[in-house]
Amino acid sequence: MTAVPRRPIRATLALAAALTMGLSACGGAKVSADGTAAANNAASCVDTSGDSIKIGFLNSLSGTMAISEKTVNDSLNLAAEEINAGGGVLGKKLQVVTEDGASEPTKFAEKARKLITADCTAAVFGGWTSASRKAMLPVFEGANSLLFYPVQYEGLEASKNIFYSGATTNQQIIPALDYLREKGAKSLYLVGSDYVFPRTANKIITAYAKEHGMEIKGEEYAPLGHTDFSTIVGKVRSANADAVFNTLNGDSNVAFFKEYRNAGLTADTMPVMSVSIAEEEVGGIGVDNVQNQLVAWNYYETVDSPQNRTFVQAFKAKYGQNRVTSDPMEAAYTSLYLWKAMVEKAGAFDTAAIQNAADGVTFDAPEGKVTVNGQNHHIAKTARIGKINGTGLIDSVWTSPGPIDPDPYLTTYPWAKGLS
Amino acid sequence: MEVIAAQLFAGASIGSVLLLAALGLSLTFGQMGVINMAHGEFMMAGAYTAFVLRGLIGDPNISLPLALVVGFGVGGLLGLILHRSLLSRMHNRPLDTLLVTWGVALVLQQLARDIFGAPNVDVPAPTWLAGPITVFGIGFPKARVFIIVLAVAAVVGISLVLTRTALGRRIRAVSQNRDLAEVSGISSPRTDDLTFFIGSGIAGLAGVALTLLGSVGPTLGQNYIVDAFLVVVVGGLGRVKGAVIAAFGLGVLQAFVELSLGASLAKVLVLLAVVAFLQIRPQGLVTIRTRSLA
Repeated sequence: MTAVPRRPIRATLALAAALTMGLSACGGAKVSADGTAAANNAASCVDTSGDSIKIGFLNSLSGTMAISEKTVNDSLNLAAEEINAGGGVLGKKLQVVTEDGASEPTKFAEKARKLITADCTAAVFGGWTSASRKAMLPVFEGANSLLFYPVQYEGLEASKNIFYSGATTNQQIIPALDYLREKGAKSLYLVGSDYVFPRTANKIITAYAKEHGMEIKGEEYAPLGHTDFSTIVGKVRSANADAVFNTLNGDSNVAFFKEYRNAGLTADTMPVMSVSIAEEEVGGIGVDNVQNQLVAWNYYETVDSPQNRTFVQAFKAKYGQNRVTSDPMEAAYTSLYLWKAMVEKAGAFDTAAIQNAADGVTFDAPEGKVTVNGQNHHIAKTARIGKINGTGLIDSVWTSPGPIDPDPYLTTYPWAKGLS
Repeated sequence: MEVIAAQLFAGASIGSVLLLAALGLSLTFGQMGVINMAHGEFMMAGAYTAFVLRGLIGDPNISLPLALVVGFGVGGLLGLILHRSLLSRMHNRPLDTLLVTWGVALVLQQLARDIFGAPNVDVPAPTWLAGPITVFGIGFPKARVFIIVLAVAAVVGISLVLTRTALGRRIRAVSQNRDLAEVSGISSPRTDDLTFFIGSGIAGLAGVALTLLGSVGPTLGQNYIVDAFLVVVVGGLGRVKGAVIAAFGLGVLQAFVELSLGASLAKVLVLLAVVAFLQIRPQGLVTIRTRSLA
């Protein structure tokens, strides 16, 4: 035996590094090249003759996004079960086909195509990251099928083949900024993950701040999965802004808030407004680290309405008392009921009929009444600013007077001109 | 001045995390020529040890110090099992060990997911580590000071073991010339086991420390394994001194580049710097001088 051969090891190490980095670098904006090819003339193969109708649930059940998307899948299944118990849609029972997007945008495109052309589903529900939605969009447009997308996102999109049941920017980010301004914040520090949603959101925030005389004291981006926030938190602290606007996504939030607290910053000294932290994430970050910090969503488990009490109760009965419900879960649950309402209004399952019937369709969702906008396929939603309480749930501290009409391109805001 | 002091501290802090992650890897890699991709998962096991102990004991003030000890044992034991069962058959076959341990890493991640659930869990920090210490008007987070102290203690401990104990002498002998060591009556399999126990134990220790800084989830180890390998390669295979210099060097570089250019670019530039450095000095910072022919 001799000592370790040097060369091969170094080559192997390079391979090792490449391997791990490739695996950890998901969530990037890899938009599938395939998808546009599908011809519009492909007649829909949806079978409406039997006493059941197929729908597809497409969420990441594996990979880095599984933590979040599994919960969405759970609430979709709950909604399907409820609808079937109530007699189905147009007298047909829902037959769910589940596919795993595996946290890979290309996989989402591939599985969406399979659901549409091989399984012949009438509609597909799912997607989370903007990258996954952008990858699926050409597939649904090419096959002229329908996707229901349940997560808040950066706006600036309105496909006739997608219904967006999460918030667009004027239903989440702008109310959050209004709230901070109302509370006297004159300067902001922007911290976000380095990809499309935070960068777009921060462009909007900067335009808003300029219009309303707020100062942006700094703007920092961390790669997805970044674990060391000492430098960023140090900068935030010395900038001494009135508030921090946080668009970090995933694990980074944990590292950020722990560092924030370790550095001696609190919700009293410098509040943080987050748009990607819901009930599900609070447990992992640690209640102590985020108590009294602010978040902006449209739904919290604590929303006080008969519809929400029923929803939370049903969810906990099905999945366990220690589970929580969050905004994207509620939006997914709502999207299935909205599809049902659209189909029933149209009296048919086909895409064109649903598109024509969509405008004005409403549902008494757990978050309150939502209404579909037939023009941009988003829904009118109530905005809520929440404060994280000591038990890990979120209390509303401000609620918009009524549902806010969706405006994905921010056309009603003069200061937002040139953003899209 | 204040900014420079703050960044030097941040760099030292990043460096100490890197060092804790890389130290054990450097030891086992240098001695046995195995690439252990599951090293990150040993860190993850250490972090979950802290989580479990805190659940059992309740008071993080007591559970964290205890977790440092138990976490070392848990990491070490996992390492020992991995070495005994698989890696002892694959010494100096880096590519094979890479693939095997990669598989083991995936199995361990899924195991953690099955036992603890996919969502991250929280390990509260002890109250004596909350908040910053203020020196000359600059706040230094106590948790980070603690981790720097821990990393220094680990290095000093390892150096003492390597230079002052019979075990250390055996480890050095085996890693410098296995055949000659065996001829001299050293049981190399036993020494390998012990090295693996200590190296993996430090990973467990690192995992416990990381609960103070970041998220505890099944993929915790993935976040650190690449950086740990960078430190090992830059430092020179199996050299503790090299690992120390490399870890702190990369940490300070990262901190200062991040200050001026942002975190994403800092990551890129650090990687480029490593690539450039290895072009000039492929054997790493510190190398063993030996008369053997290999």
